[in-house]
Amino acid sequence: MPEEIISTAAHLSPGQKASIVKIEGRGYLRKRLLDMGVVPGSTIQMVRRAPLGDPIDVKIKGYHLSLRKSEASYIIVKRLA
Amino acid sequence: MSRIRLSDARPYSELLLCRVEGGLGMERKLTEMGLLPGEKIKRVDAPGDGQVILIIKGAKVAIGKGMADRIIVQECVNRKTIKVALAGNPNSGKTSVFNNLTGARQHVGNYPGVTVEKKEGLACYGDYAINITDLPGTYSLTAYSLDEIVARNFIINESPDIIINIVDASNLERNLYLTTQLMEFGIPMVIAFNMSDMFESTGFLADDKMLSVLLGADIVYTVGNKNKGTKELLEAAVKAYESGQNRKIISVNYGNEIEEEASKIINLLDSFNRAAINYPKRWTALKLLEDDKYILGLIKNQPSGDEIIKQVEAARARIKGIFADEAESLFADKRYGFINGVLREAITRKRESNLRISDNIDQIVANRIFGIPIFLAVMWLMFKAIFRLSEAPMRWIESVQAAAGGLAAALLPVENLARDFIINGVISGVGSVLVFVPVIFLLFFFMSLLEDSGYMARIAFIVDKFMHKIGLHGRSFIPMLLGFGCNVPAIMATRVIESKKDRLTTILVNPFMSCGARLPVYTLLIGAFFSNEVSGNVLFSLYLLGFLTAVIMAKVFRKFIFTGESAPFVMELPPYRVPTLKGLLIHMWERGWLYIKKAGTVIMLGCLIVWTLSVFPLSSKSDLTKSFIGMTGKAIEPIVRPLGFDWKIGTALVSGVVAKEIVVGTLGVLYGVGENSGTDIHSLKEALKKDSYPDGRPVFTPLIAYALMVFVLLYIPCLSTAAVIKKETGSWGWTAFSISYSTALAWMAAFIIYQGGRLFGL
Repeated sequence: MPEEIISTAAHLSPGQKASIVKIEGRGYLRKRLLDMGVVPGSTIQMVRRAPLGDPIDVKIKGYHLSLRKSEASYIIVKRLA
Repeated sequence: MSRIRLSDARPYSELLLCRVEGGLGMERKLTEMGLLPGEKIKRVDAPGDGQVILIIKGAKVAIGKGMADRIIVQECVNRKTIKVALAGNPNSGKTSVFNNLTGARQHVGNYPGVTVEKKEGLACYGDYAINITDLPGTYSLTAYSLDEIVARNFIINESPDIIINIVDASNLERNLYLTTQLMEFGIPMVIAFNMSDMFESTGFLADDKMLSVLLGADIVYTVGNKNKGTKELLEAAVKAYESGQNRKIISVNYGNEIEEEASKIINLLDSFNRAAINYPKRWTALKLLEDDKYILGLIKNQPSGDEIIKQVEAARARIKGIFADEAESLFADKRYGFINGVLREAITRKRESNLRISDNIDQIVANRIFGIPIFLAVMWLMFKAIFRLSEAPMRWIESVQAAAGGLAAALLPVENLARDFIINGVISGVGSVLVFVPVIFLLFFFMSLLEDSGYMARIAFIVDKFMHKIGLHGRSFIPMLLGFGCNVPAIMATRVIESKKDRLTTILVNPFMSCGARLPVYTLLIGAFFSNEVSGNVLFSLYLLGFLTAVIMAKVFRKFIFTGESAPFVMELPPYRVPTLKGLLIHMWERGWLYIKKAGTVIMLGCLIVWTLSVFPLSSKSDLTKSFIGMTGKAIEPIVRPLGFDWKIGTALVSGVVAKEIVVGTLGVLYGVGENSGTDIHSLKEALKKDSYPDGRPVFTPLIAYALMVFVLLYIPCLSTAAVIKKETGSWGWTAFSISYSTALAWMAAFIIYQGGRLFGL
């Protein structure tokens, strides 16, 4: 049984996949993430960072979403070590 | 139902206008006359009248026989109107479906009281006139964004007969999220599987019968950019309308706990004043549980609202206790759960296909190394293209204006007020509106090209970090860049910025980006007072100063006026698509026409006011110094004196309010080197150099010239820009603020430069 590592979507490296555990925070950002399909249980894949290092491009529910790292840090994920 | 040509219709028959032959131009012409498809008209001309006379909305309109030949009408027997709301995600191709359904028979307005665009159009099908409102594209229907509130309020308050829901078939899972919420209104729905060609090529198969049962709506396959499925969509809408409400309304089951709490709230809502809140009860209850601020606010204002609010709070606490998470997550969870169930039942994957062209393009375009150079090249090309391609039409418009002026002068040989009014008031006023048209049209063409192709989102993705640092949003980049060309289209381009704070900040700082109209002023003054060696640097310093002012002010606004968290940057990167020319042209025409109508009126008015002020009082005998403008210049002399300006400069600045290039023309008139129409720049330079006060001090020094250029750079946005600021903010308050703060800033900057320079003995 490989160990599961809890981290946030902001800490994934390009190409890495993880499973969403929880969305932290409150208010507009949280709601917006949920509306865009960032829901617990979904798989999220880090695709790339923007040329200047921020925002990031992630793949979720078969489409690409870009968000700032500060926002991605609200997405708690578990990935396989 | 027979369709006939208007010219063949019997007199005194009630007719329904269906469509027009002869392309866009013809349709436009009729739209301007109020002859919209779906409109009821009556033919009232007698034989031998030589033209066709119609009664439309109670007004008589006469049109030529030739035109009547091209209008297709239907004799009304029992025409019904179906009200359709068009909903869907952003990037789902909704706009192209809307264009297919309505052709150019659409008009753009605003939703009452907000600056959200409202597009409406008409389609004819069988005996029906179908009235379609294009709702703003949204991912959901929460109360967090203006677009979403507008969309749901339309559905609730206008109670459309049918919802047509445009779904991007190649991205079903997320697109159906909005669908699950639309289902809850209980309005018959037709679902358009748009971009279904993409769907099939990615190796999916859909069982549409099954889907239709599961979602409680008819499914139609459409390909928006190829105009496929349009007729079927109308057919389905009519069918849904005719079969009416006997369709089973499907709703997501949110699980026992939530459903139980919801039914308690529904019971409380039963005793509620339905006149105050006419939303569907279950929907209202669910929204309350979702902590929807808008609905909560409505309930709070009701006499027995407190009881409900208490119940809602208790329910939310209970749910949180059970699931250790906020109710909102549960809702999203259950909706996606429902969607997954539907997809499992009705969609089969024939083969694994992950090879998406879009991803490959992004490998290069959003790449760490190539991303920025490609982006810079695209920007540079667009900028060049807009201002290069508009040069010829602008020159052409100017020469037409000059010719019109010449013609008017020839026709009205007597020098009098009327002649002056026509030549210098009306003709030059119309000219100053039209001269922007090519730039505006081209700008909107390229903007829709970027937007429709999907590159716009990548631009925001690439530059967001930099823009965020200076207090703006990734999407503010394009407007700021365009500001160097012309602030009018630049401010119109801020529409792509979702958050109101970011948008207002961008609008308010945009005029500091030095536009093309300020160049003649710089050229004149730099040429007269600076040597050739430094002229380039002086010019560059002005552009830089403008940009830095914009950055500093953006920071200031974010800190003091638009406080709070900056808007989140959670944005879809849609797949790249090849835009259709038709879509681009419609878009360009719509926006451009709006500009001519809205900004045009204000600019025209401003020009006429300035003209009036320059010729009155009549005793001034066209001596500008004695006119109202000259008086104003003299009156403000004490104000501009500390900046080293005399009354002539003051006068030029006053008239420069209309357009900054007028500063040069006014100086020309004041120094008596040429008329409004053509100032001899060379002799004006000489005159400026020679001019001195009675005590022998020169009126202009390089320092004063620089202070003046800085003032021109920063003060009051030109009239057209002010008009567009009013239009885009929808508020006179912000417009007045923009005008006053920038002028105050200009005064301070010029003061510091002039007085500081004198301290250093310049």
